[in-house]
Amino acid sequence: MEWETVIGLEVHVSLSTKSKLFSGSSTEFGAPPNTQASIFDCALPGTLPAFNEEALRMAVRFGVAIGAEIGKRSVFDRKNYFYPDLPKGYQVTQLDFPTVGKGSLTVTLADGSEKVIGVTRAHIEENAGKSLHEEFSGMSGIDLNRAGEPLLEIVSEPEITCAEEAVAYLKKLHTIIRYLDISDAIMAQGSMRCDVNVSIRPKGTTELGTRAEIKNINSFRFVEKAIHSEVARQQEILEDGGRIIQETRRYNADKDVTTSMRSKEVANDYRYFPEPDLLPVVIDDEYVAAVKAQLPELPDARKARFINDYSLSNYDAGVLVSNRELAEYFEIVASSSGDPKLAANWVSQDLLGLLNKNNLEIADSPIQAERLATLITRIKDNTISGKIAKTVFEAMIADPSDVDAIIEAKGLKQVTDSGEIEKLVLEVIENNPAQVQQYKDGKEQVIGFLVGQCMQLSKGKANPAQVNELLREKM
Amino acid sequence: MALDKTEIEKIAHLARLHIGESETEEVTTRITDILALIDQMQSVDTEVVEPLAHPLDLVQRLRADAITEGNQRDKLQKLAPASEDGLYLVPKVLE
Repeated sequence: MEWETVIGLEVHVSLSTKSKLFSGSSTEFGAPPNTQASIFDCALPGTLPAFNEEALRMAVRFGVAIGAEIGKRSVFDRKNYFYPDLPKGYQVTQLDFPTVGKGSLTVTLADGSEKVIGVTRAHIEENAGKSLHEEFSGMSGIDLNRAGEPLLEIVSEPEITCAEEAVAYLKKLHTIIRYLDISDAIMAQGSMRCDVNVSIRPKGTTELGTRAEIKNINSFRFVEKAIHSEVARQQEILEDGGRIIQETRRYNADKDVTTSMRSKEVANDYRYFPEPDLLPVVIDDEYVAAVKAQLPELPDARKARFINDYSLSNYDAGVLVSNRELAEYFEIVASSSGDPKLAANWVSQDLLGLLNKNNLEIADSPIQAERLATLITRIKDNTISGKIAKTVFEAMIADPSDVDAIIEAKGLKQVTDSGEIEKLVLEVIENNPAQVQQYKDGKEQVIGFLVGQCMQLSKGKANPAQVNELLREKM
Repeated sequence: MALDKTEIEKIAHLARLHIGESETEEVTTRITDILALIDQMQSVDTEVVEPLAHPLDLVQRLRADAITEGNQRDKLQKLAPASEDGLYLVPKVLE
């Protein structure tokens, strides 16, 4: 039987407010345990929540960026469960009236096609603390620094049909969130986490199969692998005549399998009810309009502009806008060098290659945008050839000095002096009589070999066009 | 709507309440009575009534995003039964 996969994603994003969702504790990453946990975060009796306006603004900012309906009146609810890293015994979240309603985002797939994926909702909620199970004999250690940090949970429609689409959706979400500057969204640090709901059904049918929820996956690659492994598991069960149990599973990357965490059917009854300590949050049209007016240029718009204004290919533009810092870097190089096409090549190939190889972010690049622009300018004004430019680029990584100084110091300036080139050409003609004869006999392609010899002799510095011309003249 | 003993035990478990064998029957009767009252309330026509999220007809005030709480760990951990390396210690929990 042929099967089709239905995937829905729940993405938790840590909003980068300075203070927590309902208390004035700091949200700084990496502080010693429990030094950022106030009496409210520890759930001491009598403490009350005070809602952070910045968390609301960030949620609305996300909502307008994905063209979503904005909840003019959102209501907080308590989701009740017992776990020691949740000292209140409930998580404050938004059940029926979330701040962000239906929206969508467009993803580009590997074959260049585009797909619109619906976002069901995004609601504001608080994070739990952290439990450490290993270090204390017979006891668990609890760190409440993270307890009460603001999260935005973004829920997709079950419209994703394969692992590739899931990853494309996540990457797009990540890009938008970074453009909006509402979260670091670093999966490895947990500021962006993903739960994947996976079910399969016979191809062509419309009823959804029973789903399994894979919790807390912390990299794009693991999302892809977890989906593949979970789909294979479900297929095997159904083809053997079994049935899928609705449950929460965990992805084990070492073994590349998902394993059961607990059965959702029995345990999960969160007994939601409206949070009596918080009043409904009401915003008006002006509020939404003001947030919208402050939106930066978003990746789709920027991509269209790069294609229009700089004549970049769809692919190059896509690569450059996928990261806000990279796009900004490119724009500086493009405008300072005056050659967007060359700038796109250097940024998307040489620079990105360098950064990926050394696992660096744009901000840590050893070559700043202005320097790369100067390098490109020197190619354009014939100071150096494109090939020598690669050597200069390599030198620029270790040497922070001026591009022109590096070219000068390493003696890499292109030789355009016809006297010097003539010397090279004559030497090559003298040393390669056989090839010269072949050329004279009409074997045109030998010119390539001879030009190559001249370039080698000049250590790549001669101007190839001039060499070519002079060779023909002298033979 | 009447509840049976198993449902009462499940609710008690979720709320981490211990209900002794002898109490189960009485609790079952009392919760069933409460549910009967709710059934009675359900029969009221609420078509034109807005759902009430909060008894006060007010709107939530917002707090500026500023750090106003400092490190109170030492003070708070004095209240805790056990702590180590800055962590609160609790009986081992594993999923």
